[in-house]
Amino acid sequence: MNKIINDIRETARQLLAEGKVDVVIGYEKGSLPLKATPCFVHSSEGVDSLIWDETCENNLATYVAKTPGKKAIVAKGCDSRALAVLLQENQIVRDDLYIIGVSCHGVIDQRKIGAEVGEILEASISDGKISVKGMEGDKEYLFTEVKDATCQTCRYPNPVMEDLHIGDTIEVSQEAAAFADVEALESKSDSERQEYFKEQMSKCIRCYACRNACPLCYCQECFVDCNSPRWLTGGVNRAENLLFQAGRVMHLAGRCVDCGACSRACPQGVDIRALNRKMTKDVYVMYNHESGISEEGKPALNEYSANDPEQFLVKE
Amino acid sequence: MKISKEKFGQAFDALVAEYQIIAPVSDANGIAFKGVKSFSEVKQDYLNSKLPPKAFFFPQHEKLMSYKKEGKDVTVKSELKVENTVLFGIRPCDAKGMQLLDMVFKNDQYTDPYYFERRDKSVIIGVACNKIAPTCFCSSFGLSPAGSEGSDIFLIDLGDSYDVEVITEKGKAVAARFEALSELSADEQALVDKIKDAETSSKVDVSTTTSKLDKMFNNPYWDTLQEKCIGCNVCSFSCPTCHCFDISEEVRKNEGTRVRTWDACMAPLFTLHGSGHNPRDNKKTRWRQRMMHKFNYFVHNNGSMSCVGCGRCIKGCPVNMDIRQVIDGANKAELVVE
Repeated sequence: MNKIINDIRETARQLLAEGKVDVVIGYEKGSLPLKATPCFVHSSEGVDSLIWDETCENNLATYVAKTPGKKAIVAKGCDSRALAVLLQENQIVRDDLYIIGVSCHGVIDQRKIGAEVGEILEASISDGKISVKGMEGDKEYLFTEVKDATCQTCRYPNPVMEDLHIGDTIEVSQEAAAFADVEALESKSDSERQEYFKEQMSKCIRCYACRNACPLCYCQECFVDCNSPRWLTGGVNRAENLLFQAGRVMHLAGRCVDCGACSRACPQGVDIRALNRKMTKDVYVMYNHESGISEEGKPALNEYSANDPEQFLVKE
Repeated sequence: MKISKEKFGQAFDALVAEYQIIAPVSDANGIAFKGVKSFSEVKQDYLNSKLPPKAFFFPQHEKLMSYKKEGKDVTVKSELKVENTVLFGIRPCDAKGMQLLDMVFKNDQYTDPYYFERRDKSVIIGVACNKIAPTCFCSSFGLSPAGSEGSDIFLIDLGDSYDVEVITEKGKAVAARFEALSELSADEQALVDKIKDAETSSKVDVSTTTSKLDKMFNNPYWDTLQEKCIGCNVCSFSCPTCHCFDISEEVRKNEGTRVRTWDACMAPLFTLHGSGHNPRDNKKTRWRQRMMHKFNYFVHNNGSMSCVGCGRCIKGCPVNMDIRQVIDGANKAELVVE
């Protein structure tokens, strides 16, 4: 067993045994190959189910506000950023939270593997290699080949806030954020872009897995569920689906931490992140703001700074 | 009896003149049931569609009627338009799922015309599963990857030909167009027998689940079971037997439509009363309802479990809630005095 897993388990054991927390929210092995599943450990006897690897793809921050009592949470960089935003927005109480920080090299994009080998029957991960036995064939991948798209542009693999760090930290390049994916979409013509989103939105079945997986979609009543006024009819078609997705993105403006949980949760493979990334880029370029990168900051829309680039304003 | 795929394809293409044909096709998102005009468009090598074919009888968002008020006159118009339809390539789990939906939409007091107009005008050509996914667990429910229940015609893919079994009168009318049927060779018969004998490797014991759930309404099992569920609708929308719906009015000035939309027991609006009270306002009670409905209430009401083991909810769940584990957990849960 690797040291990180061992340390997570020991930390959890101690926290629970000493009564410092009521529950530890982490990951355990899932029922399918290359799948981890969120787990809630309530007593020190249960800590040995906790794991840590490249399959721990869910953003656990989504559970924090809904879980009663004092809780410890295993947090990657993106989970910690979501926690930071939740704290900035007064949704969670810092004193009720113990953050077990783990640096993350990225998670595996199972969809990419499944598209090539069919249903995954067995898989193992070791030394940066993933061996997969699929219904349509076997294949070995380098982790970098099947790293989730979100993680490829991640600039915060290390938790931005934590009570304890487990394992090594990852060296991060100091370059400015890169948005090649957004620029590629921006460089398309309006009609090409319209076609792209038409295709994407026609896949959406409005199951709201994206919204519910998102740690920052916490409205008590989502605008899609509101019936007075009624923003959407409940119809499942491209136009209504786009209104839902675009509405969600606007609500996440300056808040989205780009964890990719929405895209990974989508059972239909909708490129939800394309919209979020555009918004993230706009906020970065216009306000020089990255959300949830420290415990102290404020959300972009809650703060005014005379030094905002604000290129959209006509200045003297 | 068998029919060559060439002859079957000819009969299939000829059906296009009289029927809307729905069949599995491969699109950017995997396998989907869609309208086709020719057998050449049909994906023959597939596990199953990503979404169940129930939407062809029970659409996700359906206009039931439209109405208009002019002065004192009110006109009401039915929105139901149904074509004769052949659904080709339905897997045994989904064909069985439709039989379970039939029980919901028809009882001794009421028959749902919207569902049954479509259902009665459709012919289901089922095709046995030659390959079984690791998430398939239909054998748990006494079903089989080559079960013909719910199909009007049932086919087994033998490579260049299909083994044909005509099950119902509706199936007979379509099968009458199949030409040059011949006997199976000994080898082909052996292959058919092998496919018919196959079981899913994944199975969960449901023999005591219903009676166990009778005693579990207040069991602490539900307290922890629901913790990781994020309350989305993936499991319900991808389930071939989930059938809950909401009826609403879409009104603009003096005209409107009455629509029926899929609902899901995990959704926040599902049991919300007009008063604002919600008797199932948390995931615990919602999950209990989901389990009870499928493995207890439905059994008491209809004599069958409302799960066919297709595994779609297992594959689709963003947090890997695995219904097999949930059933197993209920089987093993310690009973408390209720």
